[in-house]
Amino acid sequence: MTAVSRDIAVVAFAQSDILRTTEEQSEVEMLMPVLHDVLDRTGLKTADIGFTCSGSCDYLAGRAFSFTLALDGVGAWPPISESHVEMDGAWALYEAWTKLRSGDADTALVYSYGKSSPGSVRDVLTRQLDPYYVAPLWPDSVALAALQAQALIDAGDTDEPALAGIAARSRATDNTRAQLRGSVPQGDYVVRPLRTGDCPPIGDGAAAVVLAAGERARELCPRPAWIRGIDHRVEAHGLGVRNLTDSPSARLAAEKAGAFERPVDTAELHAPFSSQEVVLRKALRLDGNVRVNPSGGALAANPMMAAGLIRIGEAASRIHRGESDRALAHATSGPCLQQNLVAVLEGDPR
Amino acid sequence: MSKEPVAVTGIGQTKHVAARRDVSIAGLVREAAQRALDDAELTWADIDAVVIGKAPDFFEGVMMPELYLADALGAVGKPMLRVHTAGSVGGSTALVAANLVAARVHGTVLTVAFEKQSESNAMWGLSLPIPFQQPLLAGAGGFFAPHVRAYMRRTGAPDTVGSLVAYKDRRNALKNPYAHLHEHDITLEKVQASPMLWDPIRYSETCPSSDGACAMVLTDRAGAARAPRPAAWMLGGAMRSEPTLFAGKDAVSPQAGKDCAADVYRQAGIADPRRDIDAVEMYVPFSWYEPMWLENLGFADEGEGWKLTESGVTELDGDLPVNMSGGVLSTNPIGASGMIRFAEAALQVRGQAGEHQVDGARKVLGHAYGGGSQFFSMWLVGAEPPDA
Repeated sequence: MTAVSRDIAVVAFAQSDILRTTEEQSEVEMLMPVLHDVLDRTGLKTADIGFTCSGSCDYLAGRAFSFTLALDGVGAWPPISESHVEMDGAWALYEAWTKLRSGDADTALVYSYGKSSPGSVRDVLTRQLDPYYVAPLWPDSVALAALQAQALIDAGDTDEPALAGIAARSRATDNTRAQLRGSVPQGDYVVRPLRTGDCPPIGDGAAAVVLAAGERARELCPRPAWIRGIDHRVEAHGLGVRNLTDSPSARLAAEKAGAFERPVDTAELHAPFSSQEVVLRKALRLDGNVRVNPSGGALAANPMMAAGLIRIGEAASRIHRGESDRALAHATSGPCLQQNLVAVLEGDPR
Repeated sequence: MSKEPVAVTGIGQTKHVAARRDVSIAGLVREAAQRALDDAELTWADIDAVVIGKAPDFFEGVMMPELYLADALGAVGKPMLRVHTAGSVGGSTALVAANLVAARVHGTVLTVAFEKQSESNAMWGLSLPIPFQQPLLAGAGGFFAPHVRAYMRRTGAPDTVGSLVAYKDRRNALKNPYAHLHEHDITLEKVQASPMLWDPIRYSETCPSSDGACAMVLTDRAGAARAPRPAAWMLGGAMRSEPTLFAGKDAVSPQAGKDCAADVYRQAGIADPRRDIDAVEMYVPFSWYEPMWLENLGFADEGEGWKLTESGVTELDGDLPVNMSGGVLSTNPIGASGMIRFAEAALQVRGQAGEHQVDGARKVLGHAYGGGSQFFSMWLVGAEPPDA
């Protein structure tokens, strides 16, 4: 396999405030200010962008082809080269990265958004399970995460106070966009052993990133966050055939992305439940020297379909600001971390 | 460094039918994927990544079904991407997969698209609730019928052109063992006497609702060299999008379609599509879209597309055969329909289209569109690699 032919970087990131509900706004209205914000940071206009890719989910919007309306927010006229994944925006970023890598484009706009507030997201996510053998039982996302948490406790990998510690540390963030910050009570069990504090807040939000290749990246950003590697892997769907205390897909993605070649100083993990941070820290070999989720992670704000892209954006922003030199960003999808993406970002030496 | 050439070395389809009650969703996609692997004489272990596409998840009632399909598609431990770009998705999915090879991210990629429409009702699945859509605008036909009427008014095309397209495509389908509709007793009179659904679109000028899947193995130059059968080579591929509605939109011949075709022709060195391209598999869900797309894609001047149809140019034995497979009018598992166009184009240049083979087809266009005539994806495939 030929080596990466051109360097590609995250040159700008923007996100909305992540809110419990945005019922007064449509998806487009939520997204548009974020698109303007991210383009303003680079001075680019829609027509300057070589490729556009987005991630969203019809099941959250409750209507078919919901992403078509978002194009109005992009201002896709004259027509643009554009694609969409029914996945978290982190995978839209991956698709855009391949377009830049093949030389089809020099810049890319990536965005994603999700409104979890209109429905019961716990119920909605059951529709993501095997439609014949599992979905008819309606096992919800918290219950499945609780199975995973209990398996971790049984294996001696964590305990309830440690999980509470992860939740408290996450919400101690200074991230003003986050939905839950400061001292949040750990609360009662939602599904044992997970308490309210171990679960992500339900909220709405949007995020956007601009990618650029080579010299274009240096023109657009004083300190680009170079994507040194990015890879994603999926595991079996059946929870019964997986070891829920481990994440071989996250580990393999990290290995392919080059995460283990040198230590990172920062990691942004997409771990919606406190227990999942335990799994990911182990799989990604993150020790106490790594700053994990300075943004607060998904425990502070978890807009579905955007939370993974936000991890990449947060990691990149730290590099832009000179607060990190080498960061790992992670995104997940599916029940109990079924699918995982890892990106390794670096700034130029200071 | 230039892009890696992309070859199609394996193609698989299911026999498309109204309802595949004998298989699960997983069984349906695996059947097409296995046939594509068999065609390429590869095993699941030879596949580096899987790119899957389908139209709205409401059609089966499974949210992000690729997660559940990871096992059936041999994707465990591999990268898996799920594309959704409305009706164009089958084409877009193939292009996303092709780009993984072109960018040298992977050597061999399996791409799959499907729809199991018998699990729900596509027409109502596509009908937005009031107040987002006016009453009685049921399904895609209700959306597209006024655009067809606008085309007829603009060009003065005679009323019969639509029925000619349907009659041709349904006869072509008789030569394609995978096509859904096999109407052995079809006549032009029957098409013209069929009930009016969305004026001017009659029942027999409308696509069916199908269960089906299509899969392709895409590989690099080294992979093509190992392939047991001739490869189809991607000579150009592009996607273009524009908003659903805006002042000045040409719903009859959208700019995004023109731009997309121009990009593909530029990549493939096509100066005159009518002369340089041997056949077309285009996305025609309602009969009149054949003449409309002939103009949009540059095969005919504006207002002249219907004359190609009327004079028999687009017949299987015509000068520019269109929808040799029977097209979307004979087979429509929505999420797969675009990929079937792309795959049928590849079958033609590989000389493996069987009874609906066009003699000497060397360059064939595959075309898909979706949304409110706003998402376009196309590829041009050839019998020779791009640098030959």
